[in-house]
Amino acid sequence: MADQATETAKAKPKSVLGLAIFALVALLFVVGLVTDSPLEGLQIHPMDQFIVTPLFGGEHINFYTPTNVTLWMALSVLGIIALLVLGTRGRAIVPSRIQSIAELMYGFVYKMVEDVAGKDGLKYFPYIMTLFVFILFANFLGLLPMAFTTTSHIAVTALMAMAVFITVTIIGVVKNGFTFLELFWIKAAPLALRPLLALIEVISYFVRPVSHSIRLAGNMMAGHAVIKVFAGFAGVMGIGAIAPVLAITAVYALEILVSFIQAYVFAILTCVYLKDALHPAH
Amino acid sequence: MEGDIVEMGKFIGAGMACTGMGGAAVGVGHVVGNYIAGALRNPSAAAGQTATMFIGIAFAEALGIFSFLVALLLMFAV
Repeated sequence: MADQATETAKAKPKSVLGLAIFALVALLFVVGLVTDSPLEGLQIHPMDQFIVTPLFGGEHINFYTPTNVTLWMALSVLGIIALLVLGTRGRAIVPSRIQSIAELMYGFVYKMVEDVAGKDGLKYFPYIMTLFVFILFANFLGLLPMAFTTTSHIAVTALMAMAVFITVTIIGVVKNGFTFLELFWIKAAPLALRPLLALIEVISYFVRPVSHSIRLAGNMMAGHAVIKVFAGFAGVMGIGAIAPVLAITAVYALEILVSFIQAYVFAILTCVYLKDALHPAH
Repeated sequence: MEGDIVEMGKFIGAGMACTGMGGAAVGVGHVVGNYIAGALRNPSAAAGQTATMFIGIAFAEALGIFSFLVALLLMFAV
């Protein structure tokens, strides 16, 4: 008991320091959002942070133009390489801190695929791991001050969701052939209800990429817009804006949680769709 | 006080479409609340069902997303 008490006493300054750093980052985020605005004065436009601009000037955007989206996507890929490739380079038996983070992440996704998609879904584990880690890094890097959240754009998430949809459909058709259609023909239901249920199942199947992509983009966009709206209050109130900064700190903490959960949900839904494709009969 | 009646209709429609997201909020709350109620009765079985809870949240949320989509379409596409 006494041991515990001294431990908590020792841990206290550390946690206060962590909280201070956290508040500082949130404050920097606000400053970034306010100064980021290309408009003069304290007019706050919460959606301005999502404008795609070319990095090296100019107005016209072609598919090869380096924009802030490409920059932040490249940065998230570099972050993944730094964590997963360079971090596990030592291959130590007693892992270093970075190596154990990489191992934890790998084990987490591996177990998720195994639990949800089943043993034969493990063949597609690299794809799901790629999706999860990319979305996770894009979400977390988007939370840095003055960063650009690539996953807040429906164009980005729709591409990933369509890729998942097409891949899963092809896997289902190739693996099961004609029996893939049993996904829509529910044998457990009474015969009279089956055509109606089949219609609903077909609609819900083709709506999957829409909800899959807009869930991620909508969550990221809404969270960042909320932070910027509070930043607008802080900008109007000036130096004494304690309440908005506290509110932003709270929303920022929530956003960290949401960033992780949305990456997790995207990956786990991919696993669910994969399971449907591998075992279409209910 | 400028703009036309179409603009006004867009904003009103987008605002009304967003009320549909309240239904998704009720659904998500129901899923998580029942998960926690079950987890408190049988804590040892709770860890295995976390993934199921998240899948349920995602499906409940999907229908709220459609109303959000309608709001987005009204604001930017119509």
